[in-house]
Amino acid sequence: MTATVSEEAAPAPAPAEPKKPKSRVRWRPWLWLAPALFLLSVFLVWPVIRTIWISFHDGSTINPTREFIGVDNYVRMFTDDAAFIHYDLPPWSALFNSALWVVLFTLGVIAFGLLVGVLADKVKYEKTAKAIVFLPLVVSFTAASVVFRLVYSTDPNIGLINAMLGLIGLGPVAFLGEANIVNFAIIGAGIWVWTALAMTILAASYKALPEETHEAASVDGANEWQVFWRVSLPQMKGPIIVVAVTMIINALKAVDLVLIMTTGGPGFSSRIVGFTVYWEIFNNNFAGYGSAVAVVLLIMMAPLMWWQMRQIRAAEAR
Amino acid sequence: MDGLTKIYEDGTLAVGELDLTIEDGEFLVLVGPSGCGKSTVLRMIAGLEDISGGEMHIGERLVNDMAPKDRDIAMVFQNYALYPHMTVRDNMAFGLKLRKTPKAEINQRVEEAADILEINDFLDRKPKALSGGQRQRVAMGRAIVREPAAFLMDEPLSNLDAKLRVQMRAELERIHGRLETTTVYVTHDQVEAMTLGDRVAVLRAVSAAKPYNLQQVGPPYELFDNPVNLFVAGFIGSPAMNMVYATLERDGEDLWASFADQRLKVDPYAIERHPGLENHTNEELVMGVRPSSMEAAEIAGADPDRAIHMTVEVDENLGAESYVHTTLDARPVVTPDIEELLADTGQTAESLGDSTEFVARISSDIRVQTGQALEVVVDTAKLYFFDPASGDRVGAKATATAAT
Repeated sequence: MTATVSEEAAPAPAPAEPKKPKSRVRWRPWLWLAPALFLLSVFLVWPVIRTIWISFHDGSTINPTREFIGVDNYVRMFTDDAAFIHYDLPPWSALFNSALWVVLFTLGVIAFGLLVGVLADKVKYEKTAKAIVFLPLVVSFTAASVVFRLVYSTDPNIGLINAMLGLIGLGPVAFLGEANIVNFAIIGAGIWVWTALAMTILAASYKALPEETHEAASVDGANEWQVFWRVSLPQMKGPIIVVAVTMIINALKAVDLVLIMTTGGPGFSSRIVGFTVYWEIFNNNFAGYGSAVAVVLLIMMAPLMWWQMRQIRAAEAR
Repeated sequence: MDGLTKIYEDGTLAVGELDLTIEDGEFLVLVGPSGCGKSTVLRMIAGLEDISGGEMHIGERLVNDMAPKDRDIAMVFQNYALYPHMTVRDNMAFGLKLRKTPKAEINQRVEEAADILEINDFLDRKPKALSGGQRQRVAMGRAIVREPAAFLMDEPLSNLDAKLRVQMRAELERIHGRLETTTVYVTHDQVEAMTLGDRVAVLRAVSAAKPYNLQQVGPPYELFDNPVNLFVAGFIGSPAMNMVYATLERDGEDLWASFADQRLKVDPYAIERHPGLENHTNEELVMGVRPSSMEAAEIAGADPDRAIHMTVEVDENLGAESYVHTTLDARPVVTPDIEELLADTGQTAESLGDSTEFVARISSDIRVQTGQALEVVVDTAKLYFFDPASGDRVGAKATATAAT
């Protein structure tokens, strides 16, 4: 950003008085950027550096840098912590579960967002339908988690899903109590919450597509499905990528849903990376270890963010 | 291809009682001012718009409820509607791929169409990287490769600049001559209509008095020479036909049309072309005379019986000929037909003032100057007389039904 500003300012100075413009190039951009830079360094850069520093220590939340232990936290994470990573089957560990989230949660949100966004476009009560789907986004995640704990309850008098299963003579199923089911149950709740955002973005981009290309395709011989799949969807590539990257980041850093619905259980079976950061620091009081997990998380997300920023910049250039 | 009666409704009637038969291999142009329903008709043929009444056939098949994809037609859209995420080649091949055409044949047809349209060089580019004229060609190519029963074109040249439009117009003519595919072409530009169409159908918006769109359909010269009403007469031809209120007077054997202190002797041929014109003597009619039916007296030879005296106000010299503008001291012709034509160019009856604009074409061998008096001779065999109330030409058969 600074480079752009100085580049724009550079051609302006007249050769007659070279001194004045030169100084302008030097300090003016920094003056305008100072407030933002100040806030960024206090609330972003410094915490990141501090977290990395803490991750090389053994310590508690009160005294995070009690003892310098080098990369021991990292070594433990990838060799000795079954809750974070383990090589046995079934592999329910934070790293594996996060991978599951990244795939299922992201695909689920995009699929439902597209489904609602595109289908609602074709019905009369479009606004009502979208408003209903949008509601979860204004509910706090904590409230949504509590609601879903009730929805998944094994008691058919409380749990909506078990009540429905009971009607057809099945269940009750312990959605949050079985290691093989719990991740899918929480991911389902996550999809419910985030579909709203995906729907809003994707519906807007669908509406903005030139209607003529749809007509051209149907005259060209495409049925409705082919029009959507081969003409509409490819044109929505940009917004879909934005939603996908946002959802992958959400999946990696998710804390609240897991914390409130299962606290990572049963056993370690619904732990994910984001949740682990919180749990190790604030529940187990391992500030150093939790920070090390946070650093790993940052490293996992950095390339995604970098790529998304490039995409956005490319889109703006167009 | 047989198009029969089509009525379209969305609360209001957009297209009413349209009877039209399009011959195999014909180039038919639907022309009219904006809002006349011409695009709606085209979209009904394509199947993009529901048909709310009447029947439409393509060949022998009734297609009222047939999906666009089953109609075997190709359409060229005003904004080209190219698929932005596909290369030119894929754009053209899309329809064939959907029909599971063998790959070798797709390639061959795309190459052939690209040859015809001279777009071989950018087959692998995306539409974004093309100019307007090139996109236009790709849109044409996409239609051509399909080898459909008919082409539908919705103002395909309206987004091109004037020079390119003329060039593409010639190209379209060449392509149609080569492929001989039935084509229905929509435009608001009467010059395009006249130059391209084997036949031209003039449409106008439906009104309470006239709940049908079709005014007249026929070969271009027919519309030019024998317009059935003021609307067609005013719409076809550039510069537009002059209209002036005139009274017919009998003087012995002859009929004279008098207007604004001037008098023209009506040629017997004009009387013949207006059956029953004699019954309108001493009535006020609307007289039409095309600028091209006039010439300076200096060139044509003086003829007091057929002369109009005018004062040159504007002289548009085009090189070979010159359009001389003057105003006649007569109130301007204002009828529903004329008002509709004015609305299309953003004018109203009030903007005409209280005199009549009159344009004559003269050879540019005569140099005229503003303010100069000029005598022009009128070919009075080519005078037109219209009923001021209905707008119909005197003696013309009832319009829409006569059209087919």
